[in-house]
Amino acid sequence: MSFFSDLIHGADNQFDHTGLTALQKVTLRAVVVSFLFYGLAAIEGMIMRTASVVPSIPPVHADPSHYFSIMTVHPIVGIFGSTYQLVFAAFMFLVPYLTKKPLFSIKLANAVWILITVGTATAWIAAFVWQYAPLYTLYWPLPADTEQFKIVGGIVFIIGVALIMIGTLGFIYNIYATIFARVGIHKNMTTKELLISGFGIDGMLNLFHKLTGRPPYTKEPALSLPVVAIFRGTVDTFLDALVILSAGILVLVFLVADASGLNWDVASVDALLYKNWFWWGLDLVADGLVLIYVAGSWYLLATIITGQKLFMENVARAALMLELLVSWMVWSHHLLADQGQPEMMKLVSGEMVTAFELLTQGLALFITLMTLWKARPLKMTNELKYLLGGLVGFGLAVPAGIIQADMAMNRVLHNTQWIIGAHVHIAILVGLTMTLYSVVYVLFPIITNNAKLWSQKLADTHFWLQLVGGIGMGAFMGMAGLDGMLRRHMYLEGEYNTYMILAGICGAMLLLAWVIFLFNIIMSVGLKGLIGIFMPASNDVASHGLAVEEEPEAVAVKA
Amino acid sequence: MSFSNSIELLQFHWMAYTLYSLMIISVIAWFAYNLTRKEKANSIVRIPFYGYMAFLVAGGVGHHIFTYNTVPWVAEDITRHDITADQTFHISVKRHVYTMPDEKIIINCGEKIMFDVVSEDLTYGFGLFRKDHSMVTQMQVNPGSKNDLLWTFNHNGVFDLMSTEYSGPRGNAMFIADAVEVRGCDEKVAILDGGVK
Repeated sequence: MSFFSDLIHGADNQFDHTGLTALQKVTLRAVVVSFLFYGLAAIEGMIMRTASVVPSIPPVHADPSHYFSIMTVHPIVGIFGSTYQLVFAAFMFLVPYLTKKPLFSIKLANAVWILITVGTATAWIAAFVWQYAPLYTLYWPLPADTEQFKIVGGIVFIIGVALIMIGTLGFIYNIYATIFARVGIHKNMTTKELLISGFGIDGMLNLFHKLTGRPPYTKEPALSLPVVAIFRGTVDTFLDALVILSAGILVLVFLVADASGLNWDVASVDALLYKNWFWWGLDLVADGLVLIYVAGSWYLLATIITGQKLFMENVARAALMLELLVSWMVWSHHLLADQGQPEMMKLVSGEMVTAFELLTQGLALFITLMTLWKARPLKMTNELKYLLGGLVGFGLAVPAGIIQADMAMNRVLHNTQWIIGAHVHIAILVGLTMTLYSVVYVLFPIITNNAKLWSQKLADTHFWLQLVGGIGMGAFMGMAGLDGMLRRHMYLEGEYNTYMILAGICGAMLLLAWVIFLFNIIMSVGLKGLIGIFMPASNDVASHGLAVEEEPEAVAVKA
Repeated sequence: MSFSNSIELLQFHWMAYTLYSLMIISVIAWFAYNLTRKEKANSIVRIPFYGYMAFLVAGGVGHHIFTYNTVPWVAEDITRHDITADQTFHISVKRHVYTMPDEKIIINCGEKIMFDVVSEDLTYGFGLFRKDHSMVTQMQVNPGSKNDLLWTFNHNGVFDLMSTEYSGPRGNAMFIADAVEVRGCDEKVAILDGGVK
């Protein structure tokens, strides 16, 4: 096939969007938008990297207002617009696929990606047009500081974030309604049985029974392990959405009051208490749902790649429960430099409980590697190499975070480039993103009805650029942090040029990796196919691989 | 073993983390290579599961025990309410401007210094930096709560003050050159002690 034929119709004309089900289409829509937002976040990141060396470059023009407005929306676009979107899409496909039940509502799934897309775009506009820049941390009372920011910018930004959170709540409802629907293999199960399995209590009871020499509590748990991880991680997603929404409402109330001429005292809200509340919720993303979702994804990928059962499955189920509890108690590691924070909270929550993440994530890494090892020899497929890349990413990033969650180290590393480079960016760009690419390569033939990947060479190039670029950028940012470079400061005198040039080169590799990946996918499905994904589906089936589909609502009516 | 300032601690940390990074990348690369081979792989080292778990626990908890016993500012920070400072400096911040004490802050080597910083509006940071831009110490400065940092300086130097927390675009200019000066340290002794000039 010619280049132009592939560009229009997809590789070897193998992708037919008209044959896709509603579930496949809604998944692909969110995936496409997710990768577009990823590209936007990558471009924003490169602008900031370049401005760290040449502050006068457009659109920054050596103006902190522009620089920090980009920094404000960068995580909104990257985390919510891209990562949330991709993860939600994958899970709204996987839960029906793994439970062999239809998704609760395709309409709701469409609403989720539209709400998150519109919300992300709205928040982005607030920063682009009005330079609203309180950063994602929203430290009180900065978001309500109308001396620095225009009220309209703040209101638009909060509306954008609220739309994202409403979309998130829609995803949560869809996932739980699907998991708890008593249809198909769960027809005769009670909600209690599904809850016990969802929280991993069956795994704990199995372990306990084994230790006491009794037969297992259950040989076939109601929910498969990846679904348990999705269930468990979604608890944190829900709590996080509530906290962010509550913070948004607070900011909105003060901004509207200000616009109405009321002079409310921002000091009536305690800044440190707010910080605790906000970090408790925000940390449920970083140290909760991400780690739980990732562990679940590793387990799923390992079993799909090997075609075998997971090694130490009961331990893995129990560990996911531990991870959930740990994620609720670790937020104080963000407040180790806050002298008003009680010392006991710093010691227990900030240091000791946080250290447990080394245990839970180390366990997930061990179980995944052992599952792969027992099935060797394996073919080095795209999904396997991206999975291994993801393991490297978290193998590097989790200890980097644990190191800083220490009262000695935090005193000299807090708010430096160490935390955002060596910990956050390696966790996201290498650990999380490469895990997600592995999921994408696993799901690609399933969701596209066996569309052909246009170029394996481009897939390989993408892999190495993402791996080397991601680790390299995080490492050089981290080194700058060790030398004192702050993460939320605009340097105008070229103080850290050497590190920033090297980090910029690695950042350019990441951007190039994204371009190559996108090009390869467009060539695989073709422009016609890409547009077709957004056309209404002629087949409204909300499940995958089931001969007869029974909608949960219909079953409820029958019951 | 004891670290007398942030440079020593961060240099040690740089070495330790680099070695760890090379190790974890090598381990996964070794796995990747052997996962595709038909021949039985020869393990370089066999670590039992519980040994691995014990290693993780020891790493997570031991790291804190190690720094508590080797980094002097940890215990000093935790017990600062029971320590009488040799000198206390009161500083306030409002509208992105630090109001410093009337007289220049000059500190004698080895004295326990309390920085008591009050924010009258936003959340700021209080960070001291060397002339090579490396960080000496820092704390967050929250409005409405106590922001007190007890610190012992073991090396001579003149340090700049910068806000280490974002407080809006205007906060980018929060910088006071030569805000703190430390005198009287015997640098030869400090170097013999493992200090860095």
